[in-house]
Amino acid sequence: MNDFLNIGKAVPKRDSLSLATGREKFTADIQLDNTLHLALLYSPHAHAEILDIDYEAALKLEGVVEVLCYKNVPRVLHTTAGQGFPEPSPYDTVLFDRRVRFVGDRVALVAAESMEIARQALRLIKVEYRLLEELFDIEKAMSDSAPRLHVDDEFARIPVPYQPEKNLAATLDITFGDPDKAFREADFVEERTYSMHYASHCAIEPHTTSAFFDEQGRLVIITSTQVPFHARRIVGYLLDIPTGEIRVIKPRIGGGFGGKQEVILEPLAALVAWRTKRAATITLSRSEVFISTRTRHAMRIHLKTGVSKEGRITALDMDALMNAGAYGPHALTVLSNTGSKVLPLFNKIDHLKFKGRTVYTNLPVGGAYRGYGATQGYFALNQHLDIIARRLERDPIELCKEWHIGEGEGSRVFEVLGEGTEGVEQIIRSCKLDECLDRGAEAIGWHEKRNQRLKGPKERVRGVGLAVAMQGSGIPEVDMGSASMKMNEDASFNLLVGATDIGTGSDTILAQIAAEVLKIPSQKIIVLSSDTDLTPFDVGAYASSTTYISGGAVQKCALKIKEQIISVAANMLKAETKELYLGEERVINRQSGEELPLQDICTYALYTKDQFQIQAQASHTASESPPPFAAQFAEVEVDLLTGRVDVVKFVSAVDCGQPINPPLAEGQVEGAVINGISYALCEEYNFNSKGKMVNPSFGDYKIFTAADIPEMETIIVSSYEQSGPFGAKSISEIAINGPPPAIANAIFDAAGVRMYHTPFTPERVWQELNK
Amino acid sequence: MFGNFIINGEKKEISFHSSDLLLTLLRDNGFTEVKEGCRQGDCGACLVLLAGKAVNSCQVLAASVMDMEITTVKGLGTIHEPHIIQSAFVETGAVQCGFCTPGMIIAAYALLKKNPTPDAEEIKEGLDGNLCRCTGYEKIIDAVKLALKKDRAK
Repeated sequence: MNDFLNIGKAVPKRDSLSLATGREKFTADIQLDNTLHLALLYSPHAHAEILDIDYEAALKLEGVVEVLCYKNVPRVLHTTAGQGFPEPSPYDTVLFDRRVRFVGDRVALVAAESMEIARQALRLIKVEYRLLEELFDIEKAMSDSAPRLHVDDEFARIPVPYQPEKNLAATLDITFGDPDKAFREADFVEERTYSMHYASHCAIEPHTTSAFFDEQGRLVIITSTQVPFHARRIVGYLLDIPTGEIRVIKPRIGGGFGGKQEVILEPLAALVAWRTKRAATITLSRSEVFISTRTRHAMRIHLKTGVSKEGRITALDMDALMNAGAYGPHALTVLSNTGSKVLPLFNKIDHLKFKGRTVYTNLPVGGAYRGYGATQGYFALNQHLDIIARRLERDPIELCKEWHIGEGEGSRVFEVLGEGTEGVEQIIRSCKLDECLDRGAEAIGWHEKRNQRLKGPKERVRGVGLAVAMQGSGIPEVDMGSASMKMNEDASFNLLVGATDIGTGSDTILAQIAAEVLKIPSQKIIVLSSDTDLTPFDVGAYASSTTYISGGAVQKCALKIKEQIISVAANMLKAETKELYLGEERVINRQSGEELPLQDICTYALYTKDQFQIQAQASHTASESPPPFAAQFAEVEVDLLTGRVDVVKFVSAVDCGQPINPPLAEGQVEGAVINGISYALCEEYNFNSKGKMVNPSFGDYKIFTAADIPEMETIIVSSYEQSGPFGAKSISEIAINGPPPAIANAIFDAAGVRMYHTPFTPERVWQELNK
Repeated sequence: MFGNFIINGEKKEISFHSSDLLLTLLRDNGFTEVKEGCRQGDCGACLVLLAGKAVNSCQVLAASVMDMEITTVKGLGTIHEPHIIQSAFVETGAVQCGFCTPGMIIAAYALLKKNPTPDAEEIKEGLDGNLCRCTGYEKIIDAVKLALKKDRAK
């Protein structure tokens, strides 16, 4: 089936050698002349009103150029969420407010000639606070007596349920059938509460932005972002500058994972540049990234299922309570994804209820994070699957095969849960989850190891656990990507895309897609991405959209180029276009056998007759979001004396449609898996009683290193998604969903204790073992 | 103050502050291949070779390393003549965002200098000081193994 030239090939990531030899520039590597350095003052209090700020002394310090705070910056409500417009996230944030809502909230900014001076100036700013009652508990947030966080003019830009007067940043309620009745009639009911904790994305490149004026006086922003076009729009809105006056350039980006889908620093650098008419640059320290940027939303999920003795779930009730933290970027959409990416997987449940609440608290701000709510939902669902299977004395693999959505099937959940609007009806056209389950099971040794309580060395026991998941490929009827292409004399092509390569390799796979259409080696495609002046629009790198949506645009664009090539060749050969077809780097006349090299065709078009450049552009949206599927298996070793959990082996089998570039696809899975294991076992925000994160460093917030990783096996299960470019679906997010529940299920298999709450630190596991 | 620094084999006289970190001095003088990920010695993104030994340049005062050989990833190889380790990172798909890559390659280089025949565990330990969030380390470890293999075949 695979006679592709480029698709499915291990083409090296096109910027990998320039990165490995240190030539590529990231935002902070582009050093500007005479730039101002920006430093931020953060709130030390979780909840307070600012009575006054005295920054005279700071302003008098030599080298200080500007101090900004609520007194001199217009109050413009917005959301930092880099989403399509109008955003489904509430407009509850201003650049500098009179009220601070978490430890790490922004109070003031200093612009100075050097970072040292800027920091020194911060110490001279005197802030008078009136402390307000703090709110840290998500259950309490909804009570009448809880303090309210947003009591001014915060609003929702689109008609979505937003009730700040009740601390509710978002609510969702759906019901199908008659769940109450179905629960009463079920043979048994399982009901458990799960929770997942705060986490940081930990992109190794911290958030950083520079802004300056070009030769003609336009504002240029170079920034570490996943969403250059949204950044341009939001900066324009906040500063009241026309979009055309702003150029956003994305250089190389040092990882995102959702953390850079937020427009946090761009408006600050732009504002200082705009006011001072000078260059301004800001790079956060690691501790600032931890405390002041965005996190994975902590979530508590109450899950209840009614099960028949034949092993069918007849009713399911998921109650998700999500912690927005102090502001609500993605407050609605992460919550809705907990339903929309999770509930359709087991689509044969007739009676279904989903209740979602996102509440404000005085803790750090949640945002987009790889997995985007699905991670939290699957943590609950997969443990539930294991619990039910054990109760029925069935193999969860077999149950899953009976329950999961298959090709030709839909789910009512798709229709009702969208991203701020209703969803989109969708029928699954590609699903190889059964194969994922079988191949994954074999790789981990599932049938030999499960329920064996195998002994490890000393007081250690071993067990295996399973998790299944699906995700999406872009946001249907919302996400849009564009591409343009032009042809050069040597039959190379410039491909310009808005799509934002943040390290995933999208520049490479988009070139492979274009090259496949044109039957040329992908090295002949020259890619330029994400410069709002030069490249066409794209929503950016999020929602697992780039391969499917931006790739769709590239495919369309290349098809238009192909048509033009054939048409020029027809003129040259005095043939009908239908007689011609595109061969490898040439056009061939199927009747006469005559051939024309692509170079000649381009040269003819540029120089010979009826001159024009072969060029095209295309945009792409999708009316569906075909989910990739995954079955993931953990084998763990639990130390019964200490509670320590080690993952011995981790297997992921993922159906991503046709992988465009298998090693890059594997890399997405491997990175997501290690992030997921690290999150499940050791990463944790530790807060003191005043809501302050006390471990904002890589020394104290442990993430996995090479020395910590288990044996990993990644199986890419090819399928063909007819709506995707060359059959492709997404792969970047899905694999982070499996590790926490697969490990939890494996811990139970090994030691008989169930971990309902992440992370599974030795202390927590020990406590369960000794209950 | 002024001092002589030998960076990637070239001797340079550089003006700097006595309190400057080696990381700052390098980046301020165009060696931006040395990345800053944490400034606390935790992430390894700023790793350089100092007289052949790998050090986090954010933990070294510039003044203390005058006249010493400093090597960044650019000193190991170039885009036209990459070092075996650099090529191995490309071939195995060990580079995703690439922000940790310069430090990671320095760590791999120092490891192979110290121990030319590391086993899998020794490779993992040799890279223990370098954080990567993109790759899950799997392909980075593969890269070091490939570099070893290529080196032996030379």
